[in-house]
Amino acid sequence: MKERYLPILATVGVFVVAYAIGGVAFRNFLSTTVLGNMLTDNAFIIIAAIGTTFVILSGGIDLSVGSMIGFVGVAMARLDTLGWHPLESGLLLIAFGTLFGAFQGFIIDFCEIQPFIITLAGLFLLRGSCFMVTLDSLPIQHPFIGVFSDWHIALGGGGRLSASALVMLFMLAVAVAIAHFTRFGTNVYAIGGDRASAQLMGVPIRRTTVMIYALGGFYSALGGVVYALYTASGYPLQAVGDELDAIAAVVLGGTLLTGGVGLVAGTLFGGLIQGLITTMIDFQGSLNSWWAKIFIGILLFVFIVTQRTIMRSFMLRRAA
Amino acid sequence: MNAVDAQVPRIELRGIDKNFPGVRALDGVDFRLDAGEVHALLGENGAGKSTLIKIMTGALAKDAGEILLDGRPVEIDSTGQARALGISTVYQEVNLVATLSVTKNLTLERQPTRHGLISWRLANERARERLKRLNLDIDVERPLGSYSIAVQQLVAIARALEEDTRVLVLDEPTASLDAREVELLFAIVRDLKARGIAIVFITHFIDQVYAIADRISVLRNGRLVGTAPAAALPRLKLISLMLGRELAHAEDRRKGVETAAGGEPILAAEGLGRRRYMGAFDLRIGAGEVVGLAGLLGSGRTETAKLIFGALRADSGKMRIDGKPVTIRSPRQAIALGLGFCPEDRKAEGLIAELTVRENIILALQTKRGWLRQLPREEQESLAREMIDALGIATPDAEKPVGQLSGGNQQKVILARWLVSRPRILILDEPTRGIDVGAHAEVVALIRRLCKEGLALLVASSELDEIVAVSDRVCVLRDRQKVGEIVGADVTRDNIIHTIAGG
Repeated sequence: MKERYLPILATVGVFVVAYAIGGVAFRNFLSTTVLGNMLTDNAFIIIAAIGTTFVILSGGIDLSVGSMIGFVGVAMARLDTLGWHPLESGLLLIAFGTLFGAFQGFIIDFCEIQPFIITLAGLFLLRGSCFMVTLDSLPIQHPFIGVFSDWHIALGGGGRLSASALVMLFMLAVAVAIAHFTRFGTNVYAIGGDRASAQLMGVPIRRTTVMIYALGGFYSALGGVVYALYTASGYPLQAVGDELDAIAAVVLGGTLLTGGVGLVAGTLFGGLIQGLITTMIDFQGSLNSWWAKIFIGILLFVFIVTQRTIMRSFMLRRAA
Repeated sequence: MNAVDAQVPRIELRGIDKNFPGVRALDGVDFRLDAGEVHALLGENGAGKSTLIKIMTGALAKDAGEILLDGRPVEIDSTGQARALGISTVYQEVNLVATLSVTKNLTLERQPTRHGLISWRLANERARERLKRLNLDIDVERPLGSYSIAVQQLVAIARALEEDTRVLVLDEPTASLDAREVELLFAIVRDLKARGIAIVFITHFIDQVYAIADRISVLRNGRLVGTAPAAALPRLKLISLMLGRELAHAEDRRKGVETAAGGEPILAAEGLGRRRYMGAFDLRIGAGEVVGLAGLLGSGRTETAKLIFGALRADSGKMRIDGKPVTIRSPRQAIALGLGFCPEDRKAEGLIAELTVRENIILALQTKRGWLRQLPREEQESLAREMIDALGIATPDAEKPVGQLSGGNQQKVILARWLVSRPRILILDEPTRGIDVGAHAEVVALIRRLCKEGLALLVASSELDEIVAVSDRVCVLRDRQKVGEIVGADVTRDNIIHTIAGG
């Protein structure tokens, strides 16, 4: 067994156990409807979290994710009132998000400033900009919204694989290919593992850093587009704090916050575990929905401690 | 090799200058390297070897001077460009990424692709081929960090070796290799040399220089002080070139300390061990006594030291200090009991690179006092100054971050840290690793002086000569077991080797 698969096995294990508990405790929990809804409801956050995975793998952090989702939503809604097709405005905003991320990456590397601060500035900038676009919730009324939300693949048993979920799964596959089968992907792991060594080994640090945050911006903007299409609206306070959900998904997915270790595919399960917990709270019925946060918090804590232990025994074996 | 190669140097550096804030690291250095030669680059710590190499390999920009490759002037702005020109480097510390697999480390930035995506099957094959040249057969898909430092070093060399490598720089490649591995490496170096590759070899081991080098260049204080064929440069001349002074001959060492034979030892370990880490061993150290830990790489020297110091908890055996039974659970407790430990891997385990020289020096003393009783600033400064003078630490002042000092000076800072804390038992793991000849003699002299003052010393070293020079008694280790103990006049190189080899 390769060490690198241990964390993701833990993640998948938790997912399966939680799923089984839900199946035993609640009627109709194991239906494809629940699965389909879970994939659809969490598609945007998982898409955003995929981008965050690259950032965290490189040893960085991106706090601008939630604001980006919010900004893309209100901008799409505003452009909708000007008669833009959602796909056109979506593409424009994805391009904007990518450039915005690239700029953050450039500043991080060029000025040697902690990603935390730069992306925190990005968070405030974008969130403030949301209110420049609109102060109220704006609907997106283009007929394409209906087309997008109706389109699906039947899963059998009444479940549906929605367009949102498909976009998410496709973009996950793309991300897996980037992470594991391109030089850029390997460089991300190298920089996260040991930045100084990576540089000595000829890894282009600046280009890679710019690309990492550009990818983060791309995925969070895409998450914003999917979210806007899913909710058919833009609201300036949309997705406040979602960057933290994205980070939680990444960490629950087995990626080390210190960088260098983790699998992009793990983030799917990290995101789904959060969705699963929320769904179970919903099924339970009597519990306040904030209990989901409490359980996610406990789970995060347990995960971090477990990872730490795994890494320590790994280091020990190396010393011995 | 054609005639052009014989006349035009493969790479030539002319009048290289490099300044760092407050230090003139290189001052008009000329360096010439021919195809098919092994050129040893020597110098004390801080002489400018690393700086010169970094300029040659694109890791640092030069302030003035020019570089000619096969007679043509070239500008080397990045490590990537240096490699494109056929200049490859293996640095002193293993500069690979421990969390990546061996294959990924070997193929970073040059992975074979198919249809635009990396083919890991091909990459793994190439990685295995590369390692085969070094007779290394390991699972290339496992993380590099799961292998020993020696294997990591060989992987680093395997990475540097290219089909089109014209210049290979080996920056202290043998520092963490045992004798067998060094031989293996030298065989590879000779093979490369025969293929016309120009090799720069940096080391502190004088024996190795004469074993492998064709020519020797010596740097001192940022200047080139001499270049000569190895055969025309006697040892004594070489060392005096490096030091800029004659080497004082080591005084005859004293033998058999009285306290060691008779009375109660300061420290006694009985059957101390840890499962799957170090076999149970007995060890006694008396006041004023130096006990050496000898053995090959991986024989358990560091492990023994760590168990005694409590850096790893023993799961069997007993320890007594001054006859009283103690159980050491942590280094903090060990320090309180009067133990000190200078680790081998100073980068990872000893120094805090961001803290200043002064802060690093007072660290252990402060820990011993407890953080509530802060050492007065003046006292800190005077202690730091005293140590900088006594050990000859080359630093502009005590407030310089330790990370900016050269390797040997970092080692001295660690030593200073333990000296100011006045331990009764000091453990030195590889006290002279990465230290040049001059500092080496100083450190050995210091060890002797300490013992005269009644300090008990445990010295672990891979250099047998060093062990023989300082030890009253030697514990010989093999494969994480103590296999023998040699006392007094019997402590000789031959006897240790016999014990390691014998039954």
